[in-house]
This record gives sequence, structure tokens and C-alpha cells, in this order.
Amino acid sequence: MAMKAIDPQYTADTKYALEVRNVDIYYSAFRAVKNCSFGMERNKITALIGPSGCGKSTVLRSLNRMNDLIAGARTEGEVLYRGQNLYDPDIDAVQVRRSIGMVFQKANPFPKSIYDNIAYGPRVNGWKGSKAEMDELVERALRGAALWDEVKDDLKKSGLAISGGQQQRLCIARALAVEPEVILMDEPCSALDPISTLKIEELMFELRQRYSIVIVTHNMQQAARASDNTVFFLMDKEDRAGQIVEYGPTEQIFQSPKDERTEQYISGRFG
Amino acid sequence: MADQIRVNSDPRAAVTGDSVKPIDLRKRPRIGEIIIQTMLYACGFISIFTTIGIVYVLGHESLAFFASDEVGLVEFFTNTVWQPQIGEFGILPLVNSTMMVTVIALIVAIPLGLAMAIYMAEYASERVRAFLKPVIELLAGIPTVVYGFFALTFVTPWLREIFGRDVVQIYNVMSAGLVVGILITPIIATLSEDALSAVPSGLRQASLGLGATKWETAIRVVVPAAFSGIVAASIVAMSRAIGETMVVALAAGASPQFTFNPFLPAETMTGHIARISGGDLSYQSIDYNSIFAIGLVLFFMTLILNIASRMIVRRFREVYE
Ligand SMILES: Nc1ncnc2c1ncn2[C@@H]1O[C@H](COP(=O)(O)OP(=O)(O)OP(=O)(O)O)[C@@H](O)[C@H]1O
Ligand SMILES: [Mg+2]
Repeated sequence: MAMKAIDPQYTADTKYALEVRNVDIYYSAFRAVKNCSFGMERNKITALIGPSGCGKSTVLRSLNRMNDLIAGARTEGEVLYRGQNLYDPDIDAVQVRRSIGMVFQKANPFPKSIYDNIAYGPRVNGWKGSKAEMDELVERALRGAALWDEVKDDLKKSGLAISGGQQQRLCIARALAVEPEVILMDEPCSALDPISTLKIEELMFELRQRYSIVIVTHNMQQAARASDNTVFFLMDKEDRAGQIVEYGPTEQIFQSPKDERTEQYISGRFG
Repeated sequence: MADQIRVNSDPRAAVTGDSVKPIDLRKRPRIGEIIIQTMLYACGFISIFTTIGIVYVLGHESLAFFASDEVGLVEFFTNTVWQPQIGEFGILPLVNSTMMVTVIALIVAIPLGLAMAIYMAEYASERVRAFLKPVIELLAGIPTVVYGFFALTFVTPWLREIFGRDVVQIYNVMSAGLVVGILITPIIATLSEDALSAVPSGLRQASLGLGATKWETAIRVVVPAAFSGIVAASIVAMSRAIGETMVVALAAGASPQFTFNPFLPAETMTGHIARISGGDLSYQSIDYNSIFAIGLVLFFMTLILNIASRMIVRRFREVYE
């Protein structure tokens, strides 16, 4: 069966880079997330918040079909990207991940040099350019992730031989190098010190000009200061499935939430 | 005893009003523990004593061999003829056949074993893996004499069919090498699989998240990350191939020849030792002593390989934390 590539001609007239419609996600028989519908605006930062176990990572992984890698995981409903449902049977998950990149909670650089870490993505995506062009691309990606000045003199150094915060920015640079349209981040700062965290938040603001970003975070201040829109998830006590309580502009969610559970959560009264 | 402690009163007793039993915290002898410890200690030493004993016997008899005026060290390592009957003791033909068998075996076993390992670690479902791994380990448990007959009665006729009867001799190095390769494949497969499985899954996710396929991920990320383990597995397999005796004794022939043609018969170091020690040589004869000298060389070859594998593992081990 020929896999349909994502239509490069598609010109977006919706305001959403990604849109989730009536998504239910199962791990074998267990429904982890139900009735999930929301849009992620283009060139904006969308934060997914909620207590532990409510399905934020599950939803995030469904956005570039990383859940496919988990045996027994199944997604129902639609995730729309460039007018196509990513779960159509003729969509190739590998292609999807080239357009929708991911940064993980734990920095996971390859045990290769910094340079090769960045070059990896383009290389597996059929890079044809010259060495000089690759040098340029590596520099651009590292600059994009605000890491260039710190590592420009040792690009041959192992990606594991730099600090945790630098490793996480290396992972961001690595994701940028394949020039995705959307970047998904699952608690990218949870293992970092406050200064590295701020650096990554500033970086996200920069990146927003060219990319759409979806971030999962446990840190309420981070969601409040570093996102444009917020989606609040909560687990349904009856069937333990996560669902959306409320979503909208971050300011509104944090200052005048419509649902009292949202208010309770962001003011730290449960979760 | 100086370190006796007695706790007689519990402050809680006053509050709750319960009478509290005194707790005895004094050291007490644990005879069982001491006996077990001593036994384990002794077991550890048995392996060391065995090794020392082997080296002693090999060294002692080899010394008698080299001390005789029939052979010198230089001749032993450079002469390309091994014919004890006429006083020619050059180990090169034996070493050469051993290396040929080993190289052929590795050419078979490394790709095959690695492919099995990649399949098991990266592709097979939990159920398939749970079935496959014991089967592969079982393969490693088949007596080598069975492999020897397999070489002689199946692989050799098949080689002769393909390459011609006048090219391929009945006893030949190729057949032995191929079968030794099959024999060591499980070693490479299981050890490499362990190394591949130990690669953190975060690296796979990172690679797949960048739009790499499963195969690209396996080849470009997982295998390089497990490289030291795979090299170590190959070296363990290599020592096994060098030491393998039964297959070569049955399939490779019994004539020490210096040749690079794998279709001719040739005798390996182990094959020669097995044949001579199985025969009726009188003790203290030079022929008899000569096999200890070969044994000593074998011992050092495997020792060096073991040291090399340890060094490689240490040098290339990636630290993921
Ligand atoms: N691989 C998996 N297999 C089975 N169940 C899973 C798996 N991953 C998550 N779950 C279940 O799905 C539900 C949602 O998990 P998820 O990891 O998405 O939560 P989360 O909101 O990201 O939590 P946290 O904030 O702790 O990271 C949980 O009940 C969890 O037990
Ligand atoms: Mg999570």
C-alpha cells in the first residue's frame, strides 16, 4: 500500500496548526483519555496542564503518533494536520514525525558528537547537501536553540558530555534541524535548574515565530508565563479517563477560569 | 565485650504505661554465616588455583620441550612445517589453520548473530522473544560432536557439490569454519541482544521522533550505542572458535599443512592436540611435550583476547546518566 505523503501544497486557512477532534485514547482495554477536542493555534504556545496521570503525555504523543510505539495503544477520533487526519490508514507515521517533532522530558542526546546529534535528523531524512551546507544547518539549529555560543568550539564533543540544561537545548536543536512545523515538548524543563528553565522558556518565545509549540508542564508559573493558550485536563473519577475541563487563552484560564475545578487546580488546592 | 549495649528503658513506656521488654543489641556469633562465607571464599579461590595449576603444567612441559636441543623458540614460531616424525616443529601451519577456521566462522557468525540480536531486541514482540531466546540458547547447548558430524556429512558434501569434487577435499577448513560459525552464532546473538536491550529506550524514541524508520534507528543509533557490547560478544565468540576442537578434529582433517586454500585439509592447534593426546605417545617424548607448547600458545591467545575485550568494553562504554 502506498503511503500518502502530507500534502505540501496545502495552504492553511484554519488558524490551527493541529486540531484534535473527539479523540479517545486506549491502552489495551483501558481508556486513558476521552472526548478530547481542542485546537493548537499556529505560531502560538499551547500548554497542557493537569494533575499527574490525567493523560497529558498520552495526548501529546498522539499528536505525532508516538503512541504507535506502545504495544496496545490505540487512538480513536481525528487529529487534523494540514487538513488531513493523521490517523487515516494511509498516513505514514514516519512522515508525520518529520513534520511534528518532539522533545522529551528526559534529555536524550545520542551518544554521538554534538554535530552528529544535530545532523542525524536531516541525514535520516535523505539529506543531499554538501558538507558546508550541513555545517551551516548545524549552526542554524544550535543558534535556534540558543546553544551555539556555548558549544561552537567543541562540536566534536559528545552530546552526553555537556550539562543537563545544555543537553535539553541540544535536543531542541536536534528537533529544529529537521525543520518541523510543530514541536511537541513533554515537561522539557522538569529536570532542569531555574536558570536553564528560563533559558528554555525564552527560547520557546523565540521559536514561536517560526513554529507552533505544544508543551506539557507541571509548573503552573511556567504555563502562566510561557504559553498563549492553556488546556486543562482532569481525570474523571468514575472511569479514570482523562478529559478536558476547560481550554482557552492562558490569561483567561489563569485569571477568570470558568470551571471551579480549574480555579482550584491553578491555585494549588488539589492535583 | 566492650561494645555491649543494653536498652532497658523506653521513654514511651512512661507515657503509655506499658512495660517494655529490654532489647538485646549485643553482637552474637552467626556460625552459619561464617561457614557459608568461608565456603564461598574457597570456591572463589578454586578458580584461581585451577588457572595457576593449568599454567604450571603447560609451562613445565613446554619448558621441557624448548629445553630439548631438537627445537628452538625461533624455529617454533617461524618454521612453516610441523612434522614431529622428522623433527620439524613449526607452529605456523597449526596457527594458520586455527585462524582460517576462526575467520571463516566469524564471517558467518557476526552478521548472522547480529541480525538475530537486532531482530530480537528491536523487532520481535515480547511473546516471540520469550520463545526465541531459549531456543537460541538451546542451540548453544548441542554437543559439539553433533556439529562435527553435521559438518562432515552435510556441509562438506554440499560444498563439494557446489565447487566440484576435485576442488573441495573431503576434509577441509571451509566446512569446519562454516560449522564453527553456526556454533558460535548463538553466543554473538544472545550477548549482543543483551547489549542492544540495555540501550535506553529514550534514544530510540528520540530517533523515531525525528522521523527515522525502525531500521534506521536500529542501525544508526542502537547498534552504535551498544557497540562495545557487540565487540565484546564477538571476542568471546572468537575465543570460543579458536578453542573449538571437536568440529575441526572431525571435519578439517589430520594433516598439519601450511595453506591458505580453505578447501584443503589442514589441522588446527586444538585438532592436533586432540589427535596426539588421544594416540599412544609415550610420556616424556618430545612429541608429547610439543602439545603442551601448543596449549600454552593457545592459552595466551585466548588470554590476550579476553584482556582486549575487557579493554574495549571499558574504553567504549557509554555513560548514559
Ligand atoms: N505505556 C502505557 N501503558 C499503559 N498505560 C499507560 C501507559 N502510559 C500511560 N498510561 C496510563 O495512562 C494514563 C495517563 O498517563 P499519562 O502518562 O498520559 O499521564 P500524564 O498526565 O502525562 O501524567 P504525568 O503528569 O505524571 O506525566 C495513566 O493512567 C497511566 O497509567
Ligand atoms: Mg507525562
